[in-house]
Amino acid sequence: MNHWLTAPVLIPLIGGFLQIFMGYAPLNLRRTLGLATTGLLLVSTVFLLMMADDGSYRAYAFGNWAPPFGIVLVLDRLAALMLFVTALLALFCHLFSLGRTDVSSRQFHALFLFQLMGLNIAFLTGDLFNLFVAFEVLLIASYGLLLHGEGTARTVPGLHYVVLNLVGSALFLISVGMIYSVTGTLNMADLARIIPTLEAGELPLVEAGGMILLVVFALKAALLPLTFWLPRAYASATAPVAALFAVMTKVGVYAIIRVYTLIFGENAGALANLGMDWVFPLALLTMVIGVIGMMGSAGLRTMVAWQVVVSVGTILAAFSLVSEAGLSSALFYMVHTTWIAGGLFLVVDMIAGQRGSAGDKIVTAPRMRNRTFISVMFMLGAVAAAGLPPLSGFFAKLLIMNAAVPGVEMAALWAVILLAGFLSLVAYSRAGSIVFWRNVDGHIEQPERLNFPHTVGAGALIAMSIAIVFGAGPLSEYTDAAAEQLRDTSAYIGILDTPMVGEDE
Amino acid sequence: MELAFALVIGSLTFAGVYLVLRARTFPVVVGLTLLSYGVNLFLFSTGRLMSGGQPIIGSTDTYSDPLPQALVLTAIVIGFAMTAFVVVLALRSRADTGDDHVDGTLRSDLPEATQDHEQSREETGQ
Repeated sequence: MNHWLTAPVLIPLIGGFLQIFMGYAPLNLRRTLGLATTGLLLVSTVFLLMMADDGSYRAYAFGNWAPPFGIVLVLDRLAALMLFVTALLALFCHLFSLGRTDVSSRQFHALFLFQLMGLNIAFLTGDLFNLFVAFEVLLIASYGLLLHGEGTARTVPGLHYVVLNLVGSALFLISVGMIYSVTGTLNMADLARIIPTLEAGELPLVEAGGMILLVVFALKAALLPLTFWLPRAYASATAPVAALFAVMTKVGVYAIIRVYTLIFGENAGALANLGMDWVFPLALLTMVIGVIGMMGSAGLRTMVAWQVVVSVGTILAAFSLVSEAGLSSALFYMVHTTWIAGGLFLVVDMIAGQRGSAGDKIVTAPRMRNRTFISVMFMLGAVAAAGLPPLSGFFAKLLIMNAAVPGVEMAALWAVILLAGFLSLVAYSRAGSIVFWRNVDGHIEQPERLNFPHTVGAGALIAMSIAIVFGAGPLSEYTDAAAEQLRDTSAYIGILDTPMVGEDE
Repeated sequence: MELAFALVIGSLTFAGVYLVLRARTFPVVVGLTLLSYGVNLFLFSTGRLMSGGQPIIGSTDTYSDPLPQALVLTAIVIGFAMTAFVVVLALRSRADTGDDHVDGTLRSDLPEATQDHEQSREETGQ
């Protein structure tokens, strides 16, 4: 039992409640408290990250009910890494939201914090049904956030997003039911223990459940046949929300990594590596369709949204290599791409603010204000996202390509990653040169002034790309260790023996 | 009992999926509701169907699993809240776009007033 595990859940929960009760308090007070909550969350996740780095599993059992019966939170290296990545992204998104996004509605800060709570439960939980509940918590907050903002542009994309996710939830429940009906448990550690021991007659139901579960997670992660909801939803959301949503697809990816290494991983007997032969080609196709989308985008927001699709494809392609190096490189790339995609959404919003009615459309327009600063940020983001040296994307993609074992898979992976990197570079260059260089005479009405929260929020996320380069050694050591820990499922099963409070240790 | 139960789940899911694929928001909402009924019944049946069982071991001869019932209860509560939300969203979509089509108004043969509306959507949409 380790009570610190509840901190990433309790901090945004309490902060969110405070925001609800203070709906009519002065805006500055609400902002200060909201930012303080996100800051505190970041501190707690750094603490958990250091705690998890010793490689042992820590568990917190709700209500002191022993694991297979009660719900547990489990902290390992992967969970701690995801918590930290999310909290850092959230802090800068939250900072960016001050000034414009949070003015139009009283509930923005509360929704933002509840979204973080849902994300943190999803990363920490060690129970499949609790994962469903976490998904619902983060989804209901994301529905509110997605629709947040003035005007009617978000209504229809919001409706699509909600209906699609409700169908996804129904599928999630069906798959959970199928798995439960055979195994009689939904605790992930218990499932990992039971599934290798199943008899041949019981396997088909669990296999079908596992595959439906993969469909659900693929929907959240926007893997190819289920990818087309993403660009419109993300492109219509307000910038801080879109940037935070950069981590929403990663929740799907996280769930795939967790469930398909632990429950249906190498040690799952007859169901070992369930579905991975599907994920690999689909992930490659996701990258292809993402790059096509980037090339065809009419607006910068849509382009960055397609970039999110490309990065999901890249992570899952690396993961489905089913090797320790592949898993480690996938985690490294996930850290990089979450921050950079978030940063790019924020930079694009700053561009749109400087161009008057041209907004984020990739068209010739009068010369924008503050061009030098913003264009450098856009260039850094684009270089990092496309994977050019010397920024983090290069190292991340190098690690992924290095992880491939010679063979057909390697040929396909290398070809798609290199081609996707090149074509996304073309897309970014085209967009950047039109937006920043090809100007016409004219006057921009009321360009936004650059302010402190916007500059720092966007700048810091883009600068993380440079920070990752300098911290590449420790980060890759951490992801190597995380991958090793993930593939050793017997240690995770050990949390079933966690002593409860009051038991003799 | 099993056959009847399976047929009920099947027809609810069938009707739900069919309605979700319709083009108007109201059938879609009804479809989601039916789908969640089907799913809830399915989840309930994962603890095996029996009558006269009690969820406490040793109190009766047959033992009925209480966990699926708890899961169904959670799923019902969540599903209910989500349905309420999607109803409100469908109404707002109807008000914002002037149409109950799931894609809003996409036809070009609309009266001028709606097209103006379309334009103001572009402008306010940043």
